Amino acid sequence: MSERLLKIEHLYQYFPAGGFGKHKKYVQAVDDVSFFINKGETLGLVGESGCGKTTTGRTLLRLYEPTKGRIVYDGKVLFDSGDVPVMDDDGKDILENGQPKFGAKTSVDMRPYRREMQIVFQDPYASLDPRMTVGDIVGEAIDIHKLASSKEERYNKIQSLLQCVGLNSEHANRYPHEFSGGQRQRVGIARALAVDPKFIVCDEPISALDVSIQAQVVNMFEDLQAEMGLTYLFIAHDLSVVKHISNRIGVMYLGKLVELADSYELIFHPVHPYTKSLISAIPIADPKTARANKRIALEGDVPSPLNPPSGCRFRTRCPYATEQCAAEVPKWREVSAGHYAACHHLEKA
Amino acid sequence: MFKYILKRLGIAVVTIWLIATLTFFLMNMVPGGPFLSEKAVSPAAMAALEAKYGLDKPLLQQYVTYIGDALHGDFGDSLKQRGRTVTSIIATKFPVSARIGGLAVLAAFCIGVPLGCISAMNRGKLGDSIIIVIATCGIAVPSFVICTVLMYTFGVRLGWLPTLGLGSWKHYIMPVTALAFYPTAYITRLMRSSMLDVLGQDYMRTARAKGVSQFASLFKHALRNAILPVVTYLGPLLAYTVTGSFIVEKIFTIPGLGGEFIGSITNRDYTVIMGTTIFLATLMILMNVVVDIVYKLVDPRIKLK
Repeated sequence: MSERLLKIEHLYQYFPAGGFGKHKKYVQAVDDVSFFINKGETLGLVGESGCGKTTTGRTLLRLYEPTKGRIVYDGKVLFDSGDVPVMDDDGKDILENGQPKFGAKTSVDMRPYRREMQIVFQDPYASLDPRMTVGDIVGEAIDIHKLASSKEERYNKIQSLLQCVGLNSEHANRYPHEFSGGQRQRVGIARALAVDPKFIVCDEPISALDVSIQAQVVNMFEDLQAEMGLTYLFIAHDLSVVKHISNRIGVMYLGKLVELADSYELIFHPVHPYTKSLISAIPIADPKTARANKRIALEGDVPSPLNPPSGCRFRTRCPYATEQCAAEVPKWREVSAGHYAACHHLEKA
Repeated sequence: MFKYILKRLGIAVVTIWLIATLTFFLMNMVPGGPFLSEKAVSPAAMAALEAKYGLDKPLLQQYVTYIGDALHGDFGDSLKQRGRTVTSIIATKFPVSARIGGLAVLAAFCIGVPLGCISAMNRGKLGDSIIIVIATCGIAVPSFVICTVLMYTFGVRLGWLPTLGLGSWKHYIMPVTALAFYPTAYITRLMRSSMLDVLGQDYMRTARAKGVSQFASLFKHALRNAILPVVTYLGPLLAYTVTGSFIVEKIFTIPGLGGEFIGSITNRDYTVIMGTTIFLATLMILMNVVVDIVYKLVDPRIKLK
């Protein structure tokens, strides 16, 4: 079995959204999400806007403090709220005498882990400090983690990082506003790579770029992974890109993970009605196949995460919804080896 | 850069000339004159005085003479203060106002910026609310009220601070405080809102992901980006404050330029009005050029053309 680099167990992220006392409201951005990522693989995370993909990515790096849950990186517990069941490597709750086992409350200082876990942000225009040269943006991380012993070493490091992402060495003295979107995203990637991380959350790194540049950047991610043995969590809303880059894909809907499987398996044998609908929406280049392909169109809009539907969150738009769906939250089950889904009607669908 | 400064200075000269011209003619349109007082002056004496200062000549000729002299650095003699040139009045009074005004601006900057930052970082909490209430009061309360309250409390009731003149460092405390009150409050609010804006920016999150500590990210990333509006405000504020405040100078009996400026207008002391106006205008324009240059240094995105 491949080694787990990162395990997310029962992760919750609720953001306060007004109201007082009893009536305090929360945006349930991430609700009981569990998954793991193996060393060297790419896990794709897809879903509509506002479904909690980005929040999941940021929360697992603890850029947001999780509301509840457990984060385990490379065998070390980074965060544990102490009130969620501990899972084994296969994502099943560990039972002791029929009772779920709980971990000890933990919250480690993330600074040493910032070296290992990095993130590439979605918006290459806003995520770089406009007052700093590109060299300093990349160099700052080197300084913080004391990765260069001399000025010369720092300089050389910055140069090689810039070259690594396809920028010129003279770009180091320029400011972010002098670059195009694609170049800025390269700067963002160089910045993330500056600390020699093992794991990178790619938070929609290509959705702000032109299509012609998207391919370049995706290929660069793949090359870097092959060279440096990186592990990615690749967040995107474009299924065709995710399909291309990921080993496994997770699908999120309204703060919940609804299905997770190997890329091939997920694309060709989806079991969750939401995944099926998503996949039917991927444009197909061949008109003949496209005509034969039936679009499963969903009706209505995504409900508000402030007040999500009871039971299964997808039930308001699901063609198979029954009373059971409103009453019970569907369990996260292993449908076939490594293929997980949460739905009451997998057989019907 | 050099070309830019030269260009700006060229524009400045034209602006100052326009201001001088406008002031000159407006001032002469206002009824009354420098030698009209309650005590009736005999027509002969009046004519003699007017002839002495060239006020009997046609207005246009007066104007040409004035501009000509001003270009040679001669701003004329005061019409009311016998034997004093306008230049000497400004030279003696300006340093007094400048010292108090400069200290006030320095205090406003040194207090307002940190207060604004603290307020922004504790948004919605008690500290923020307290600072906002005080800052709002600082903007709303007029300076003569502050002067009076300060004077009554520290000068009269407690007797800690002297109330008039500028003898020792103690004399500076109250006028500087009174002058600094409004700009401090203003800078606090300015800093708070721009800091809030910056703290929500993506690059702050990037800094956090890099592992920058909160304290370091505040100084290295947030402050540099948030200070720009304060710099904009600081230039004109400095020009305005160092030329003195009529109210504060009157209340604390400080021999500054602010009192002189207002006094010259009520007295129709034409040459002093012209001199102080041109001086204030020059200072204001100069400060704006300085602000633009500082801008360029603080924000690399700004191009000076």
